[in-house]
Formats: sequence, C-alpha cells, structure tokens
Amino acid sequence: MSDPTPLSAADVAKVAVLARLNLTDEEVERFTGQLASILGHAADLAALDLSALKVTEHPLELINVLRSDEVRPSLDRAEVLSQAPAVADHRFLVPQIVGEEG
Amino acid sequence: MSARRIAAEVAAGNRRAIEVVEASLEEISTHDGELHAFTEVHAEAAREAARGIDAAVAEGRGVGPLAGVPIGVKDNICQRGRVTSCASKILDGWRPPYDATVVRSLEAAGAIIIGTTNMDEFAMGSSTENSAYGPTKNPVDPSRVPGGSSGGSAAAVGAGMVPLSLGSDTGGSIRQPAAFCGVVGVKPTYGLVSRYGLVAFASSLDQVGPFAQSVEDAALLLEVIAGHDPLDSTSLDVPAPMLVDRLDDGVGGLRVGLCRDLIEGASPEITAAVTASAELLAAAGAEIVEMSIPELHYGLSAYYLIAPAEASSNLARYDGVRYGLRVDAANVAEMNAASRTAGFGDEVKRRIMLGTYALSAGYYDAYYAQAQRTRTLIINAFADAYRSVDLILGATTPTTAFGLGAKVSDPMEMYLSDVFTIPTNLAGHPAISVPAGSDAAGLPIGVQLLGPALSEERLLRAAAVIEKGRS
Repeated sequence: MSDPTPLSAADVAKVAVLARLNLTDEEVERFTGQLASILGHAADLAALDLSALKVTEHPLELINVLRSDEVRPSLDRAEVLSQAPAVADHRFLVPQIVGEEG
Repeated sequence: MSARRIAAEVAAGNRRAIEVVEASLEEISTHDGELHAFTEVHAEAAREAARGIDAAVAEGRGVGPLAGVPIGVKDNICQRGRVTSCASKILDGWRPPYDATVVRSLEAAGAIIIGTTNMDEFAMGSSTENSAYGPTKNPVDPSRVPGGSSGGSAAAVGAGMVPLSLGSDTGGSIRQPAAFCGVVGVKPTYGLVSRYGLVAFASSLDQVGPFAQSVEDAALLLEVIAGHDPLDSTSLDVPAPMLVDRLDDGVGGLRVGLCRDLIEGASPEITAAVTASAELLAAAGAEIVEMSIPELHYGLSAYYLIAPAEASSNLARYDGVRYGLRVDAANVAEMNAASRTAGFGDEVKRRIMLGTYALSAGYYDAYYAQAQRTRTLIINAFADAYRSVDLILGATTPTTAFGLGAKVSDPMEMYLSDVFTIPTNLAGHPAISVPAGSDAAGLPIGVQLLGPALSEERLLRAAAVIEKGRS
C-alpha cells in the first residue's frame, strides 16, 4: 500500500466544512500541523501488506437481534423536549429550511 | 475503609449508611477544592438515599451488596435529571431523561452516588486537562495530572473521598489514570458491562469499568455492573461472573507471559516493578514465560484512526437541535456549525476532523480500512499468544504521572501515554491495572495484566496475588 499524499491546509479546510466546524485561518494552520503529525505516525501501517486480512469493524461477531413487536414505555416526551434548545408544538424547532435560497 | 466492609457493616446494622455518606462528604469538602475530582456533588440526594438504606436495614428488609457505599460516576454516564455533560460545553446543563443501566444496577445494589466525576471532554484525552470544567489534580502530587480520561474517578478513589467509582475505557481511560493515582482499575471484556446510557465516543471500543482501592472492591463492583442488558445491542448474553468468591484461589498452574512489547519504552523503575510483579506471581505458583507480540506496536496508529473515525460519526448528533448548546444563525447548516464550533474543545475538534478525513473518499482505504485490517492483525496475534499463556503481564504506562501542562501543546506526545493500554481495547479483551509501588519521586506505578475475552475471574485472581505480595 502506497503512502497517501500529505495532509494540506486545503484538506483541513475541506474536512472542517464536512464536519460542520468553522475554523479561523490560524486554526487551519495549527490543526494541519497537528493532524499531519498524527497521520505521519500511521505511516507504519501503510508499510504493512495486510491484503490477506479481513477488516475488523467490531470485536464481537454481532448478529442482528429483534425484540418482540409489542408496545413498551418510552422516554417521557415532555422530559425529552425540556432539554431541547427550542421547541414548538411538541416538536424540536429549527431555523427555516424550506424556502431558503440555494 | 473497603467497600465490602462498609456494605457488610451497614447490612448488619453495625454502621449507618448516613454516617458513611457524611464521612465521604467531609472528605470531599476537605480535598476536592484542590483536586477537583467532582463536577457536581449530590449531597442531599446521597443523604436521602442513605436514610432509605438505613430504614431498610432497620425494618429487616434485604439490602444489596453495595449497601451504603458512596460512589463517584463519570460525567459521561447518564444520570436521569442530573447534569451529564461529558465535561463539554456542548452538553452544558444537559439533564438526561433516562438512567444508564449501570446507574440502575448501582442503585439496586444499594450504592449511593455521591457525585459526578470530572473527565477529558467526551473521554478524549489522557490527563483530564481537556475538561470544560478545568483540570483534576493528582491526589499524590497536585502539580501533576491524574491521567485520563477518567481522571476524576481515579483521583476521587485515590484521595479516599469515595471507596469506588465508575469510569469508561476506550483506549486506556480507566487503567492509565488508575496507574497514575495508585488505585485499581479494570477494563472489562467488551460487552460484559452494559453501555446503555454511556455517551458514545468510539462504540466498538468503549467499555464501562470500576475503580477501587483494592482488587476485592473492584471485583465486587464489577459483579454488580456486569451482566446482559437487552437495552444494549452489543451486550454479551452471558451470566454475570462470580469474581469475589474466587479471588483467593491463587495462580498455581497458570502460565503468565511477560510481554516485552508492553515493557520496552517504560521507565527503569516501572520496568523493575513489572519484573517484581512477575516474581510475586512465580512465587505463588505461576509459570512466567518471556514473550513478544511485535504486532502490538501497530496498535497506537490503528487506534488513532479507528477511534476518531467512530467519534466523528457519533459526535455528528451534536447539531444544536435536540439537546445541548445552540448558537443561532440564519439557517440550519450555519446553526449546526456555529453550535459545534462554540461547543467543542480543540481535542474533540482534532479527533472529529481526523476521523472525517480518514473516512473521506480517496483516503478511506489507505487509512480507515488499513487500520481495521491492522486491528485484525492484532486480534490474531493475541489469539496466538493465548494458545500458549493464560495471562499477559506488562506495564500500564511508560511513565508515572506527568506535570500539568506538560503535554497539552503536543497531541502526539499525549497519545503515546496510552501505548500499552490500547491493544486490549482493539481486541475487546479485559485488562486490569494494579498498584505496584512508586518511583523515586513517590509517584504511583501500575502494572497491567491482560487476558482473553471473559477471563476477568483469572485476571482478578492474579492481580490479588500481586496486591497481597506487596503488602
């Protein structure tokens, strides 16, 4: 497996957008150096030929378990909504989505 | 005093739970101004719970195995109606509408939750310096860190403010602070303890576990919290282990691997403590085998791709809509970003970005999939090792507790303090850190015992031998 290309400031700026984080130019610069250092440490993995191994996504061999389809108590709606930043008519309230300009 | 003895005396009516709680509150008021192990102390609720236990004893009703025992609970384990913030501004003031299953188990056992303990934000860190509440100090030397991310839980037990606490361990967050604070810390087998109500960091690695001043108390607490939970789809459907009754059975006939790769790079004093622990096990009848598992060296790199990848997905839920901080903006996307930018600290942002990058198109195979294959490599290497040994012995940490501020500016340097604890999490196995002396500066040293899945009973027996041999 070949080494991926080094991390650039443009990569970090793009990732921040994907992760819904606003970064200042100074933060982009600082995080680029730190993340490049961490990814540099992972170069030891890039040097391994692991093509014969499967990926491990989880330590247990999980199988899907379904409970019986019966009504059970759930969280108290008022208690849940009491923790939301904004609520209207028993629903979570967000800024307007429909009708926004592109 | 030990948790087991407190519970026995309370149950027998020889000691009142309210007195135990008052004594614990007194210790907290004496020490916690300086140490800051607790983010919140639930004094009145604890007193009320204690009176309930005392009334039950007086009326001859049965009480549980932790009757009247004060306990601290890490700030990422949901307590209904009480602030559970993961030491993050983004969850500041959040009061969960439900209890974690382990909280229910504690209460059913008669334990008294006396406070919520400090941590690195979202359990990301190795020093408890990444807390929105400010750092916790090491009870042995307050100029040093208690370790992390469960530093508050470790310091609370280390300082004697509570006999027990709960933490969580994703890459060493119970064992490393246990070593730094001179207490016992157990990372159980993945799936043995319910994660329902544990705020998710890296779901394939996270596990709740106990801190205690003794191996026996750790065993007692682990018995209480272990067991199948239908509310956690990753919970193992196995009976809760019997640990306390087997603690004195010794290590005769066990083969223990002294693992070079979990010792190399440790300070000379820590290396000597591991050797001395091996000698104690040998003297008790174990066969010590020197061994190497070179694949473990890849654990750190694999972990720092897998854990951030899972975190970037798990922490996507903090969007300013259903709970936690919202910073208003003109539209939803800007509100999401403004809220997350204001709510997350730098280490959390670093890991989210690292994980997002490792999962992004063009890099997924090179980073994330390669890390997942490395995880398989490490699991296979452990499986090979456990064909010839029953347990593995090594150091918990390369150094003893470092100074506050010493590693905050260099994330990679901070990550290296977890190099010996991470492989266990990747494999989903259990491990324990047990105190094994101190260095020239008087700072605690921990040694680590590792075992295959569901070997807790064997691990705790061996840890008890080391503990007894040193006393």
